[in-house]
Amino acid sequence: MAQAKEVRGPGPRGAGQPRPKVENPGLLLKRIMGEVFQHYLPHCIIVLICIVVSALANVQASLFLKSLIDDYIVPMTQQAAPDFGPLTAALIRVGCIYAVGVLAAWLNARIMVNVTQGTLRNLRTQLFTHMESLPIKYFDQHPHGDIMSVYTNDVDTLRQMLSQSIPQLVSSAITIVSVFASMVMMSWQLTVVTMCMVALMLFCSKKITSMSGKYFIAQQRDLGKVNGYIEEMMEGQKVVKVFTHEQKTLAGFRELNDKLKDSAKQANAYANIIMPVTAQLGNISYAVCALAGAAMAVGGIGGTTLGTVMAFLALNKSFNMPISQVSMQANSIIMALAGAERIFKLMDEPSETDEGYVTLVNAKYDKDDNLVETSDRTGIWAWKHPHHDGTTTYHKLEGDITFTGVDFGYVPEKTVLHDINLYGRPGQKIAFVGSTGAGKTTITNLINRFYDISDGKIRYDGINISKIKKDDLRRSLGIVLQETHLFTGTVMENIRYGRLEATDEECIAAARLANADGFIKRLPDGYNTMLTNDGANLSQGQRQLLAIARAAVADPPVLILDEATSSIDTRTEALVQRGMDGLMYGRTSFVIAHRLSTVRNADCIAVLEQGRIIERGSHDELIAKKGKYYQLYTGNLAEN
Amino acid sequence: MIKKLVSHLGEYKRAAILTPLFSALEAIMDVLLPTIMAFIIDQGIEKGDMNAIIKYGLLTFLVAALALLLGVLAGKFAAEASTGLAGNLRDAMYENIQHYSFSNIDKYSTAGLVTRMTTDVTNVQNAFQMIERMCVRAPVHLVFALIMASAISGSLTMVFVVAILFLVAVLASIMIPTFGIFDRVFKNYDNLNASVQENISAIRVVKSFVREHFENEKYTNACESLYKQFVRAESRLSFNNPAMLVSVYGCNLALSWFGAHYVLNGSITTGQLNALFGYIMNILMALMMLSMAFVMISMSAASARRIVEVLDETTDLPAPKAPVSTVADGGIEFDHVTFKYKHGSGQPVLNDITFTIKPGETLGIIGGTGSAKSSLVQLIPRLYDPETGSVKVGGVDVRDYNLDVLRREVSMVLQKNVLFSGTILDNLRWGDESASEEECIRVAKLACADEFIERFPDKYNTWIEQGGSNVSGGQKQRLTIARALLRKPKVLILDDSTSAVDTATDAKIRKAFREEIPGTTKIIIAQRISSVQDADRILVLDNGQINGLGTHEELLKSNTIYQEVYNSQTQGSGDFDKQGGEQ
Repeated sequence: MAQAKEVRGPGPRGAGQPRPKVENPGLLLKRIMGEVFQHYLPHCIIVLICIVVSALANVQASLFLKSLIDDYIVPMTQQAAPDFGPLTAALIRVGCIYAVGVLAAWLNARIMVNVTQGTLRNLRTQLFTHMESLPIKYFDQHPHGDIMSVYTNDVDTLRQMLSQSIPQLVSSAITIVSVFASMVMMSWQLTVVTMCMVALMLFCSKKITSMSGKYFIAQQRDLGKVNGYIEEMMEGQKVVKVFTHEQKTLAGFRELNDKLKDSAKQANAYANIIMPVTAQLGNISYAVCALAGAAMAVGGIGGTTLGTVMAFLALNKSFNMPISQVSMQANSIIMALAGAERIFKLMDEPSETDEGYVTLVNAKYDKDDNLVETSDRTGIWAWKHPHHDGTTTYHKLEGDITFTGVDFGYVPEKTVLHDINLYGRPGQKIAFVGSTGAGKTTITNLINRFYDISDGKIRYDGINISKIKKDDLRRSLGIVLQETHLFTGTVMENIRYGRLEATDEECIAAARLANADGFIKRLPDGYNTMLTNDGANLSQGQRQLLAIARAAVADPPVLILDEATSSIDTRTEALVQRGMDGLMYGRTSFVIAHRLSTVRNADCIAVLEQGRIIERGSHDELIAKKGKYYQLYTGNLAEN
Repeated sequence: MIKKLVSHLGEYKRAAILTPLFSALEAIMDVLLPTIMAFIIDQGIEKGDMNAIIKYGLLTFLVAALALLLGVLAGKFAAEASTGLAGNLRDAMYENIQHYSFSNIDKYSTAGLVTRMTTDVTNVQNAFQMIERMCVRAPVHLVFALIMASAISGSLTMVFVVAILFLVAVLASIMIPTFGIFDRVFKNYDNLNASVQENISAIRVVKSFVREHFENEKYTNACESLYKQFVRAESRLSFNNPAMLVSVYGCNLALSWFGAHYVLNGSITTGQLNALFGYIMNILMALMMLSMAFVMISMSAASARRIVEVLDETTDLPAPKAPVSTVADGGIEFDHVTFKYKHGSGQPVLNDITFTIKPGETLGIIGGTGSAKSSLVQLIPRLYDPETGSVKVGGVDVRDYNLDVLRREVSMVLQKNVLFSGTILDNLRWGDESASEEECIRVAKLACADEFIERFPDKYNTWIEQGGSNVSGGQKQRLTIARALLRKPKVLILDDSTSAVDTATDAKIRKAFREEIPGTTKIIIAQRISSVQDADRILVLDNGQINGLGTHEELLKSNTIYQEVYNSQTQGSGDFDKQGGEQ
């Protein structure tokens, strides 16, 4: 499972790392919040209220100190018999505010769990559902590791943002605003002093961030190189051993590793500096305020009292903390937005289009021998073809496929198939032969409309396949791909994938037909053996046999088989061959053939070269023709 | 485990010691600040003494500046120590992997080794940095703040102690059971992602069977159950922050109440009371930091374990005491060899194999999948050791050779072969670093690789992409054969190395072998009879046992398996489009 993981450098998230470029962050944020609010608007409102309440309670904690000394302790020192009554009352009042604050903080955290996880669940299912609807082309054009990374890395950063960054940002903002207001009310002079220090703090952290950003980019580059080298060399480690190249590759690795060590050190050093710098500038700000406040209190400027200075100092501290938090959270939000951009990009990919209106239905003959629709599974299928004039005709599904003048290119500029004409009559076996890249697989991918043709027509029982609903078209075709893919689950479940309502007996019968029954019975749990990791516990040949059984249980009238080229041994190959033959019996089959035996008993062989059919006919006809097929067939003679 | 990791600090030990030292000093400065502030208030403001205000104000600056300097130094050294450790760990792992035998390599998958050397090392680096910066600083912060507070008032400090105990108890009771829960949840999360992976790679299967809805439903259900598990686990954590607040607020209230009494009876001043309020945040933040560090450590513990596993793995091919450093000739002798992939357990893959090959002889090997053809030949260059019996090359047990010497003389073309990014010449020179270009061209001609190399625009300087992805299978096989030939070995082993080469070229390569390197012992494993039928002798393997050994004609007469294979192939099942692909 080679995942092209997004390479992320070491270091705390958000601290000193370069911000990725995000186009239109506002719009992205709006869209994310839209996703959140769509299901969780009331939750979010409660959370917002909770944040405000707990932030206010927090400010109250600082403000109380002013009144504690000025309004309670100082007056009491002047009383002969101090009256603790007012203090008790005040503490009870403040205690209640604190209790509300704590409750709000808990409520906030608890509700956010549901909001965050719920939104992620919704996003995941939306992502997946949409991905399943994308055309094959999308999967051709995007590395699978990149798609995977959307589910893992990007969704993860989004979680970080929803559960931490945004709530913290909101709470920081509220704290900043309310603390700022309190500060101004208390002493505008000291507020000016504080703000100057804040400006200095922001300036310094910005400077350091831009320095560390430079090194983080270098670290990213070096990390990529080290990863690449390790991947390549570990893949070839056995070759390294066989050629006793151990010391040489180690030297190559050391060179790259030393570079990474260096750039990582620089990047982390700068990132590590941000925290002490802002914290100590905060302390200096505290000291400056204390000095200025003390001077004012002594000089009696602006009615500054001892209590004011003390309370202001507490405010000063609670002001500095959210300021440095805001810049850190903003950084990680930008990062999450870059992930969100990739998530939405996937969601915005256009789905596979389908203008088809001809559907596949179960059918039976009524007493007048007319084909009519039925809900029972009769084994007879019909194409239900509604017409413009409101009438509906039924056409028996027979498996007659014709290509007329078909051109195709994966990209419009480059045509890979030229003027393909083909006839597959019901029950016939059509074999495609030709060199790698001649276009054999491409042709079969057109029949099931994995790709749409650029010119010409493909007809299925006389109906243009672009009129057939894609799902129904594909349901009528059984496909065994060259590369076998199995799913996590039991052997039985994997066979049943061909037809979900198939009974166990039907699945076993299909396995017998495909010649797979023998090896399945020998597996530790027989049909209930769990397959994981794409059936990694089975051999190549066994996986192919299962794929054949899977197609067999679907019992389709038309088959597309891509024979495996991989070197399975002769005896297993014979098994696979017999399995395929059993499956093809009585069905229209298109086979991409690699084995002479397959080709020889085909009704029609199409020899492809560079996207054109250059010869066509039965084995005997083509041999008699002494053309390309003859050359291929006689193999080594051709070269001498 | 930690000891093992720390031992790789090497030249970064100094930085690793200085970091906590500076952090601790920084913490002490941090804690001093509120006390100095208290002096400003008590001796400056209250007494109206401007001199004292300036004196203590400047002291505050000084202490903050010192703390800044210490903090910056600690940060710098922390970066140096942690990235240095990470670099050294990568280096040590890479070096140790170079000593791995094939069975060691088999134990870890390629992807597994890559993850251990990248992601896991990064995790450990981050955790180590966190430990360096927090694990000394936070306790020092905590203890020193407590000392300072108790210097002001011993009995008021009890308030802090109660708060700390409360917080520790609450956090521990929340976090510890949650770890196990998260472990399970994340495993399910991995499974969920694995099913996405499966759907991406098998999208053609999903679409051909029209299973989009089926898969959607499956995935949605899995997401829903994961959602419930996550909510259950995370809602426990939602008590963390409120618990912290309860402690802070509780301290505030208690200090206000008792502090007022203490001020009134004159045992502390208002300034000192203010300092105590300052220590609340100091102490509880330190505690929070510790719990965070704890979480990070436990999260990276799995990574650390995986790294140590790689470092602790030792080769299972023990080196001989007095290694033989020359290989006399290419004669090979198998003497009652039994072999298992897992030592001591499992089914033997090879069973009691005995045969000899004369120097210069060509031996073909044929047999079905799983008949242990590859296992057999891999014993010759000692890629694995036999369970019992012995393998001799040039009359000496392979276990007595210097491994490098043995492998230089026994050149093997692996079935699953790899080219490396670099030019064709670079790749060929894996066989012999000092080979001249003429020499490289000569072996390329022997392996029939010259014909296609010459057709590339850059000829022998053509750049090969990672894994050789820009050459076809047949071209790759011919390049790997050329590479092996460049070693001028006494024994050449081809493990199914011409399967993607057309039969005519295959024949040409074998002809070149016969004529150009007659003295080299050649062992050829093949699926195709045509690849081995002109060998001096052919070995038929079946289920890890010798089923037949003889010339093509002899086997055709007497060996049923050989006959079966021969018949199935001459009836036409050659790989018949392959030739086209090679042109």
